[in-house]
Amino acid sequence: MKTFRRLLRDRALVIGVTLVTLLVLAAIFAAPLSNFPSHVTGFDPSQRLKPPGETFWLGTDRMGADIYSRLLFGARLTILISVTATAVAVLIGVPIGLLAGYYERWFSDLLMRVSDVFLAVPQIVLAIAIAQTLGPAIQNVILALSATYWPFWARLVYAETRSLRNEVFIEAAVAMGASPLRIMVLHVVPSIASSIIVRTTIGMGATILAAASLGFLGLGAPPPTPEWGRMIAESREFLPQAWWYATAPGIAILLVVMGFNLLGDGLRDVLDPRIRRGS
Amino acid sequence: MRLLVLALRRCLWMPPTLLGLTLIVFTVSHIIPADPARVLAGENAPIEQVEALRRKFGLDKPLPQQFVSYVADVVQGNMGVSLYTQRPVADDLVERLPATFELALFAMGLAILLGLPLGVVSALMRNSVLDHAVRLVTIAGLATAAFWLAILLQLLFSMELNLTPVQGRIDGWGPDPITGFYTVDALIRGDVDTFFSALRYLALPMMTLAIPAMATIVRFTRAGVLNVMSSNFVFYQAAMGLPRRVVIWKYILRSALIGTLTQIGLVFGNLLAGAVVVETVYSWPGLGTYAYNSILQSDYNAIMGFTLFTGSVFIAMNLLVDIAQAVLDPRGR
Amino acid sequence: MADFLDVRDLSVGFVTENGTARVLDHVSFSMRQGEIMGLVGESGCGKTTLARAILGVLPDNAEIGSGTMGFDGADLLARDTSDLRGRLITFIPQDPFGSFSPLFTVGDQIGELMRWKSPERMPGERRYAASRRRADHARVLAALRDVQLPDAERLLRKYPHELSGGQRQRVMIAMALLPEPKLVIADEPTTALDVTIQAQILKLLRRLASERNASVLFTTHDLGTAWEICDRVTVMYAGQEAETAEVGDFFARPRHPYTGMLLASLPTQGAALRGIPGDVPSPFTPPPGCRFHPRCPRATELCRQTHNETAEPAPGHHVRCHHPQVWPAS
Repeated sequence: MKTFRRLLRDRALVIGVTLVTLLVLAAIFAAPLSNFPSHVTGFDPSQRLKPPGETFWLGTDRMGADIYSRLLFGARLTILISVTATAVAVLIGVPIGLLAGYYERWFSDLLMRVSDVFLAVPQIVLAIAIAQTLGPAIQNVILALSATYWPFWARLVYAETRSLRNEVFIEAAVAMGASPLRIMVLHVVPSIASSIIVRTTIGMGATILAAASLGFLGLGAPPPTPEWGRMIAESREFLPQAWWYATAPGIAILLVVMGFNLLGDGLRDVLDPRIRRGS
Repeated sequence: MRLLVLALRRCLWMPPTLLGLTLIVFTVSHIIPADPARVLAGENAPIEQVEALRRKFGLDKPLPQQFVSYVADVVQGNMGVSLYTQRPVADDLVERLPATFELALFAMGLAILLGLPLGVVSALMRNSVLDHAVRLVTIAGLATAAFWLAILLQLLFSMELNLTPVQGRIDGWGPDPITGFYTVDALIRGDVDTFFSALRYLALPMMTLAIPAMATIVRFTRAGVLNVMSSNFVFYQAAMGLPRRVVIWKYILRSALIGTLTQIGLVFGNLLAGAVVVETVYSWPGLGTYAYNSILQSDYNAIMGFTLFTGSVFIAMNLLVDIAQAVLDPRGR
Repeated sequence: MADFLDVRDLSVGFVTENGTARVLDHVSFSMRQGEIMGLVGESGCGKTTLARAILGVLPDNAEIGSGTMGFDGADLLARDTSDLRGRLITFIPQDPFGSFSPLFTVGDQIGELMRWKSPERMPGERRYAASRRRADHARVLAALRDVQLPDAERLLRKYPHELSGGQRQRVMIAMALLPEPKLVIADEPTTALDVTIQAQILKLLRRLASERNASVLFTTHDLGTAWEICDRVTVMYAGQEAETAEVGDFFARPRHPYTGMLLASLPTQGAALRGIPGDVPSPFTPPPGCRFHPRCPRATELCRQTHNETAEPAPGHHVRCHHPQVWPAS
């Protein structure tokens, strides 16, 4: 109970959790929450480019679709893309990092060199190349993002595993004859878990921004998918008159990414007692 | 002399990394697609054209052989021909590099110029109103999509307030190129009008890129200064009564700056990545818009060339940062 | 003999989110000019806090509950003491490595100290004149010779990480003595060093201090070290000063039960190890009355309830105990 109250006192954490929860709720309850659920694919040209008002809370886009409703359904997409891409990246990167960090063989160096190459180049640049090759589809965005993001986790886990290897409790486990797999799963992973969780949460924010950028560039799913980045791209030709068209999805992205960043920061304070931040 | 050896040793890492990058790009362009020739020719090209391309670019040869000739090509600067401009991709890229670099450097400069002092002051006045305001703004700054920020700024300053031009890099023709940087070239030629015009066009794109970079710099500097402030030597200097301002501005700052420097490479990377979308919004004639147009045209060679080129520039830049860090931190020597 | 450092009734607490830790409880303590005083105690007894309080570098969350501190006539609590620090009162840290900035040479950092704290510096000085620079440099070279560091010029050009632990601490000693202080506060100066070097460093410090008639306040958790170089010893327990005496008297005729048990716990050949039962109390909830009473074999109701005052059962020998050990007059 005392920990919970202390958690509540960290305003950043509270705001982060609230924003992320709102995102998840918006995604799950998009259908009942939205006013025009059919506007995900349907449209009404007579209503195009209407400013925010009573019927259309956030205005309409160039096809006359309700932006508010499309935003809600876009939340689903955002979660789908970022969670899946991050999950895949973690599932690839963490084991690779563990293996490279635990063993000190030739492949450790090789794996890390490969990771370094990926990390040496901006993620979006590689993602563009991959997404373009594969074609505009949601799964390709996910693939492009996870393919360019796994090295980040591989490096992180590698560094932490390396430093842990010299810890006494690992040596003790080895001395007792535990198999490497057992050591990695039962000893190393729990010790680095908090680090992984924190980076993953912050990584979600970066993934959402990257996915939105790909959508903006036209590399995401084709229209009429209500992807937030694509919506902003579409809005460009109707500026400055239809200001709501660009503003709404942008604010959605801002709030969601901010939520994940705050959540990640807050988790770091809670989970990692070694780091004492200014408070 | 020692520094030169150090620099050379770091340089040794470049070729393998570049080779690795080439391999990745090769994998993406030649191995991932089911039919690279088809991708190159385009969706709607007739089958004969696809086959002709296949033979022309040696895409029917075994993969290792393809890779070797690919590397050979790249090393000589041959990245194929752009389907759209019909020029060698390498030429296109080199032509557009100065525009992006000018933008990136100005943005980076602004980010450092504003971000460093803000980070330091924020740390020194921890938990003050200023500190909280700065932290709030940086959190928001890191969460904004660069392209959205670009559009917003464009909406506000160009379209509504008419303070800056909406798009482009210059009115009419730029100054005769020496460096390719419009600002520098204008100054060298003594053309003050062009110089200020170039600045006006630079203003918004520069600000758009600088804001997220500044946010990162402020955060890292703040954390760095706070970290250093609790170190033993700061305590010792205080215990020995050294004047506070000397301790802060000479010793704490230097330690914190070293920490920030390691992040500069990262920050610059994100900046360049942001340039892709930001240039698009402002129609800034650099590498970013080139990439964007190439995506629109499905200009395959151009996109791969862009990836390879930008990646290499990046790797070179990381190397420079590494060397700079080694120079500045005596512990590394 | 007038006390040159006089701490009276000092209470210091640290305010934290778990409450206020009462780290120093009405501590009274004094030193004479030219003497070496050892401040002995376990971790958490408050010796470091007392040293910092005298220096004037307590952390921001420290609260001074009561007391006065007089130094050579000046009231240390009344004002900002940064002009005294580094000049009349200097400091030798426990961690010689971390106490240097890694980015500047040793010479730069000693030079910085001399710039502001050299005895040649006149008050109201604006510029660091070249003549003073030269004089200071000569002093620095002489000081490094005094601490037995050969090839001083070359050493000054090195970075801290290029020196050994012993060399760094010698430099620290030199830096502590260069401003010609009256009081040097050394916070566990040999704890971080190899055992073989500890004795050398201690003897060096003692010799140099006595040559300059500087007083040294020297905190340690090791009784043996105190025995080596101190003139007088004060032992602290849980934020209270238990006993103060001249070193011979202290070891031969300890009067506070804690001191007695501490001395008895020193390992001797052939005998079983003896400890002190119980645990050090938490500074957040200190026991009432005498803080040692829960572990004291001689504790009475008086000890449990009444605050212990300082008595002087023999000249120069102070004990803060209701029932000090009695020794026959010799």
